[in-house]
Amino acid sequence: MKKWSFVIGSVAFAALLAAGGAQAAEKLRLLTWADYAPKEVVDAFTKETGIEVEITLSNNEEMISKLRATQGAGFDLAQPSQDRITGPQAEFGIYKPLDLSKIDAKLFIGSMLEATKANTTAGGKVYGLPHIWGTDGLVVNTKAAPGVKDYLDLCGPEVKGKASLRAKRPTLIAFAFSMGMNPFAAYSNEKAYSEMMDKVGAKLTECKANLKFFWDGKDALLAGLRAGEVTAAMAWDTGGWKLNSENPEIKFIAPKSGALGWVDTFAIPAKGRADDAAYKWINFNMRPDIAAKVAASAGNFSASQGADKLAAGKLKDQFAESFPLAAIENIKWYPAVPAGLEAIEGKVLDKVKSAN
Amino acid sequence: MTALPSSERSLFAEKLGLFLLLAPAVLWLGVLVILPHVEIAVLSFSERIAPRVYAFGFGNYLEFLGEPIYWRTFARTAFLSILVTLITLVISFPVALYIAKFASGKSKPLLFLMCLIPFWASELVRTLGWMMMLRETGVLSFLLQKAGLASGPVEMLYNDASVVLGLVYGGMLFMIVPLTNALESLETAQIEAGYDLGGSHLTVLRRIIIPHAMPGIVAGSIVVFMLTVGNFVTPVMLGGKNGLWFTEQIYSQFITRFNWPQGSAFGFMLLLLSTVIVWLGLRLTGQGFAETLRKA
Amino acid sequence: MTLVGNGVRGDFMSDSADLALLSVVKEFGAHRAVDSVTFDVAPGEFFSILGPSGCGKTTLMRMIAGFEHPTSGDIRIRGKSMLAVPANKRPVNMVFQSLALFPMMSVGENVGYGLACAGVDKIEAGQRITRILDRVGLAGFEDRPVTKLSGGQRQRVAIARCLVLEPTLVLLDEPLGALDLKLREHMKLELKQLQAAFNTTFLYITHDQSEALVMSDRVAVMNKGRFEQVGSPRELYHNPLTSFVAGFVGDANVWNGSTFGAQATGLGIKLSTGAALVGAGSGSGAVSAYLRPEAIALAAVPGELSSLPNRFAGTVSTVLFDGAASTLVIKAEGFPHLRATLPQAGPLAGIMAGAPIGFGFAPEALKIFPA
Ligand SMILES: Nc1ncnc2c1ncn2[C@@H]1O[C@H](COP(=O)(O)OP(=O)(O)O)[C@@H](O)[C@H]1O
Ligand SMILES: [Mg+2]
Repeated sequence: MKKWSFVIGSVAFAALLAAGGAQAAEKLRLLTWADYAPKEVVDAFTKETGIEVEITLSNNEEMISKLRATQGAGFDLAQPSQDRITGPQAEFGIYKPLDLSKIDAKLFIGSMLEATKANTTAGGKVYGLPHIWGTDGLVVNTKAAPGVKDYLDLCGPEVKGKASLRAKRPTLIAFAFSMGMNPFAAYSNEKAYSEMMDKVGAKLTECKANLKFFWDGKDALLAGLRAGEVTAAMAWDTGGWKLNSENPEIKFIAPKSGALGWVDTFAIPAKGRADDAAYKWINFNMRPDIAAKVAASAGNFSASQGADKLAAGKLKDQFAESFPLAAIENIKWYPAVPAGLEAIEGKVLDKVKSAN
Repeated sequence: MTALPSSERSLFAEKLGLFLLLAPAVLWLGVLVILPHVEIAVLSFSERIAPRVYAFGFGNYLEFLGEPIYWRTFARTAFLSILVTLITLVISFPVALYIAKFASGKSKPLLFLMCLIPFWASELVRTLGWMMMLRETGVLSFLLQKAGLASGPVEMLYNDASVVLGLVYGGMLFMIVPLTNALESLETAQIEAGYDLGGSHLTVLRRIIIPHAMPGIVAGSIVVFMLTVGNFVTPVMLGGKNGLWFTEQIYSQFITRFNWPQGSAFGFMLLLLSTVIVWLGLRLTGQGFAETLRKA
Repeated sequence: MTLVGNGVRGDFMSDSADLALLSVVKEFGAHRAVDSVTFDVAPGEFFSILGPSGCGKTTLMRMIAGFEHPTSGDIRIRGKSMLAVPANKRPVNMVFQSLALFPMMSVGENVGYGLACAGVDKIEAGQRITRILDRVGLAGFEDRPVTKLSGGQRQRVAIARCLVLEPTLVLLDEPLGALDLKLREHMKLELKQLQAAFNTTFLYITHDQSEALVMSDRVAVMNKGRFEQVGSPRELYHNPLTSFVAGFVGDANVWNGSTFGAQATGLGIKLSTGAALVGAGSGSGAVSAYLRPEAIALAAVPGELSSLPNRFAGTVSTVLFDGAASTLVIKAEGFPHLRATLPQAGPLAGIMAGAPIGFGFAPEALKIFPA
């Protein structure tokens, strides 16, 4: 008696689950960065298409790890940076090629779309489309540390014990440029690149005593800058401008050796189940009005054609202050990272982290 | 003695019953503990040759042994974890002794609750709390300056001491509970007899209280050691750029470098470390594993 | 030997005593657990404190051992005040109610614990342990775990553990309480013999009057924190000074009544049930009277008891046969139920229920106390 009721109960429960799954509205599982999918935009999308959006926040490394763990399942759309697509794709095959016919190309800034497509092409197929772009540079409390103009200045006595950076690959690239080398040119030569990274690692190890901490989450860094515990850091432009609005003395500075330009993309995981919804979301997001909202939420710039005209005036002013024309031209855009380089970088970073 | 068929049958039934009784445990062990570890073990012996091409090899372990940063972090984690366990034990023992033997019936639950309260918040929140206390612009630094004990802001975060502090704090409850349990069963008359026969505080502690609490000490130490060695949040957050915990290496191999085989090898080394230390601890204190589990 | 007031023995100077308590009081909050207790114990004496559960015996003993501090009064051992001496420095050892053997130690280690604390070297300690175990009948038990011993053996380890230290005084808190009846009877004798053999002063606590009477040189009867009477077992039995002692020590018929004046042979009282008796004691108005069953003389005809002022006739209502301790329950005009010892050697040994019987007792046997 008992046994039977248990069996019936579990069968009913399973049936309920299955039915629930089938009946639920179409769903888009989005793997993205904080602030890239503001509620307002998601609601508008659901209202228009009837598709629900389930958001998981992440960063480049975690996106790759998550998709790697499931061999590209679990999400329908991801937003890795454009330089981090072909490498992991070659290594783990976590994305599927995009069907460009489903994209409204007119919505994108043409040059950016072409550049991103070129950078994310593997085996003749395109894997990424540009969405949001921005730069990595210096966020400086100009009153406390007026002398910080370049990445290497973070190791100077002026910011002793009050500097911060991320123990991640952009830092290695930035320091290489600041030390007068060109890491992007060395991408194709593993040995040369490895030697270059060793030099950068040595410099960073030496610099470690100057650091307050390696920052990881943006909020911890901003809190440190606000409190004055950190006076200069390598960070994203967004963070700098956000603080600038609160305290005009804190500024985002394009470093002498060049800000690092990044583009976050749309890429479809290899085992995504809702490709149509994904394309709908992409096209929806690239509409100038929507894109302007997303850009405002993220505090960055959109790859949408015409969105900048709708951007808030404040951001434009801040951008103009941080990027004189020469600085814009000096932005170093990341080329795609060849597979294998990340292992070299990772080991250098491990060494830096464990140095005392 | 002649074995009666019926008794044989009942013996068989007994065995079957035992087997059925153990089946869930065996299943649990197999599916949730052994299988994942077998997978990790297999993974740890694979080496990347080219994109999506892997081969069997010991490279990941050789990498561990050959690269000082890895085994140094490993040794450091082991050493600090043992230190944390010992400090936790030394601090928790008087607390547990007080709760078990000296606190009155009414204050006992209250004291226990006080030990428990910090654990209502997640480890992350607790650690953030410590960060607010210890940071340069934090409470402690402020108070020190107010009291005139420091001339400028004092940074107490991002060093080994703050990591040890955070880990000890996080481990205390797991030490106090088994210790209190063990000490509660110690008859008060035995302590008194210890004094009555001429024992000093030290003698009574050493010869009567500690031997009685031994199962609790071992159980608590094992739990605290395991939690400490496998902790991730506390060393990373309180240690900052000098945190250097082995779990961080594992995390970084898995998550930031996508190097699962290397991460697996590291994970296996950590498992080995825990096993060896627990075994040594049991050996040195002459406690049985089963008995310890039972008393804990 | 005379007794004065509240149990103070006149003929001992405190200084020559092994233990002396002077007006010791212990209060727990508003509750007075020990109320102004004064007594002393002579060297080599077996001294018992007898009283009902909760009367303060353990508290008193714990003060002597050093686990409680008296609210007021003084405790002296061989003339030296112990108030400032911690428990582990007092020349006193205790056998706990629960025995409190150390379960993780062997018999030898239990016995050797105190020696180690005292800094006795290993070789000498080993010899002393062997000797004491031999004397308590546990020769060769050194390496046994205490958890594997029988109740009586554990008892002996607990005592050996104290005696090996050659203390001035051994305190024993109801050590036989946990044993079964047979073993308890046996251990009573054994304890007494051990005490005599070691010639150590014993202070023994019990709520069992038989233990106290059998073993002790002197007994203090304690009630509600106070000593009612101190004396030899015989004195307590035959000459109780208070109604509590009369009732607590030994068996007695207890009756209520009131006095009606002095008679030639003693104090006349009339029981509430009607009978008029003559007894020994003082008081006027309401009184209680105590009469031991064995103090009652029996005869087939009342006339045989003519020498006794108290003589009555009744019938046997029940015969309670218990060998030498057999009693009769007698129904008689003017008495509530009455118990009398039935000698198994006499002519009445075969008496049956319903038989007529005469009984009587001397006035000295009927103890009268103000109610
Ligand atoms: N630590 C204490 N706190 C409060 N009351 C106590 C304490 N110890 C004993 N008492 C009280 O004192 C009285 C005497 O107790 P105790 O000496 O143990 O009696 P006994 O040993 O004669 O049975 C009891 O009423 C008991 O409740
Ligand atoms: Mg008692």
